[in-house]
Amino acid sequence: MFDFQIDKETNHDQFSHVHTWDLLVIGGGPAGLNAALYAKRKGLNVGVIADSLGGQLQNTTAVDNYLGFTLIEGEALTHTFLDHVNTLDVPIIKGEKVTKLNTLDGDFTLTLATGKKLIARTVLLATGGAPKKLGIPGEVDYANKGVTYCATCDAPFFKDKHVIVAGGGNSAAEGVLDLVPWAKKITVVHRSQWRADQVLLDKLKAIDKLTVHLETDLVSVIGDKTMKGVEVLDKTTGQKSTIEADGLLIEIGTVPNSSLVSEMVETNAFGEILVDSNQMTSLQGLYAAGDITSQPHKQIIIAAAEGAKAALAANHYLNQKI
Amino acid sequence: MANLLNEEVQGQIKEFLSRMKNPITMVLFTKEDPCETCKETRQLLSEVAPLNDRITVIEKDINKDKTDAEKYGITLTPSFVVLDEQGDYLGVKFNGIPAGHEINSFLNALIHMSGVELGLDEATIEKIRQIDKKVDIKVFVTLSCPHCPGAVETAHKLAMLNKNIEGSMIEAQTFHELSNKYQVSGVPKIVINDKHELIGNQPLDAFLREIANIK
Repeated sequence: MFDFQIDKETNHDQFSHVHTWDLLVIGGGPAGLNAALYAKRKGLNVGVIADSLGGQLQNTTAVDNYLGFTLIEGEALTHTFLDHVNTLDVPIIKGEKVTKLNTLDGDFTLTLATGKKLIARTVLLATGGAPKKLGIPGEVDYANKGVTYCATCDAPFFKDKHVIVAGGGNSAAEGVLDLVPWAKKITVVHRSQWRADQVLLDKLKAIDKLTVHLETDLVSVIGDKTMKGVEVLDKTTGQKSTIEADGLLIEIGTVPNSSLVSEMVETNAFGEILVDSNQMTSLQGLYAAGDITSQPHKQIIIAAAEGAKAALAANHYLNQKI
Repeated sequence: MANLLNEEVQGQIKEFLSRMKNPITMVLFTKEDPCETCKETRQLLSEVAPLNDRITVIEKDINKDKTDAEKYGITLTPSFVVLDEQGDYLGVKFNGIPAGHEINSFLNALIHMSGVELGLDEATIEKIRQIDKKVDIKVFVTLSCPHCPGAVETAHKLAMLNKNIEGSMIEAQTFHELSNKYQVSGVPKIVINDKHELIGNQPLDAFLREIANIK
């Protein structure tokens, strides 16, 4: 039968009236929403601009490691967050991108894709990450012709097919679980050893149609009009071989969505933003939280906690500035 | 048959549609069995219609009501178009059932067709209005895709603003042959005039750039 996942409504009327915001949060994932909650509770004049509400939670079928929820769908968790934030009437613009961020006399100006300009005394960047690419030959050529980065979106196309899953972390293990109802055969190829949680690995053990190749590099994606397979290199034997497959789900982590500020703040070699213990970037008044930062554990609860820290720190910063 | 929409979802839809301004009409095209998801689409529309008195649903048979089917360029079933207050077709079409995440593009099509503002700035609206070539936008979706409704909504907004533009949602699983023809194995996949392709939920500017490339 059919389900109906209706998006939550948000109220953004205040964006027409407010001249200078205390805090503008860019991003509507766990970090951004929790920051909004904490900032509003402190009495800050806070608003959220979110390209998508939920962020990467949108691509997550099931969450079973957020304290208080034994098992909850990613979307349901987003709705729970949003319901909580909405009780405080935080204005949220959704479906819009911030295209420019500039400093102006100690404040910040934000330009939206629509050309609208906003002014804020502090800004929190919580724009998370986008799927990381393997960077191997054929990956781009067969994007959406077998190669995918969204298991929940594209799993139905792999009905009765053989799908390779690239990666060895929780996302890859969850990707396998998303494919189980559809695929005829699933093969995990990972360059090193599993990094996924033991509880997930235990679930994978019960899947008969799953084969796992660890210590194996993906060399290229091959095919004609559509993808036909992958070339792999077994690092322990040095042997190259071809695995015939119809699809390749790439779940090897994320790259930070930090291009908006890459010239303004210090980042590491991966483009992740460096922050101090209060989530402040190298630029005064500009904070970052969640998967966009160099914090290595990309977890929902950690992103949410960083959002809270940033909001509290921004409040302290603003109080001291007066 | 049991209801598709439970009470909670009905309530959410009713609230969402409460801002509708003007009457709209949905014209649904089905055919006799076998027709995958015809029954369910008919049921969805008939369950949504009573949730706001500005909504009218008319059902046609693609084989028996050929003149109407041609008028709206209907080639698939189930397929429905959303007409404005005057009963004019502005190019807003759904092929297959807009369930799952796609309920959002469906509800947005209804409120926007009823006159609720599209949320675009004047300069963008003007740019869209000036497009003077025929543009056919197909957006392939799956019902489990959270990024797809955004792409469908953009196609529909373009259609509502310019009579040269048509925006169609195509549910890829129901219409798998058509999906194979367009080599769809990832969604959203946006195909413009059968040649130009965009992958993912692209911003409106990306649609406009691609449209500008059409000769």
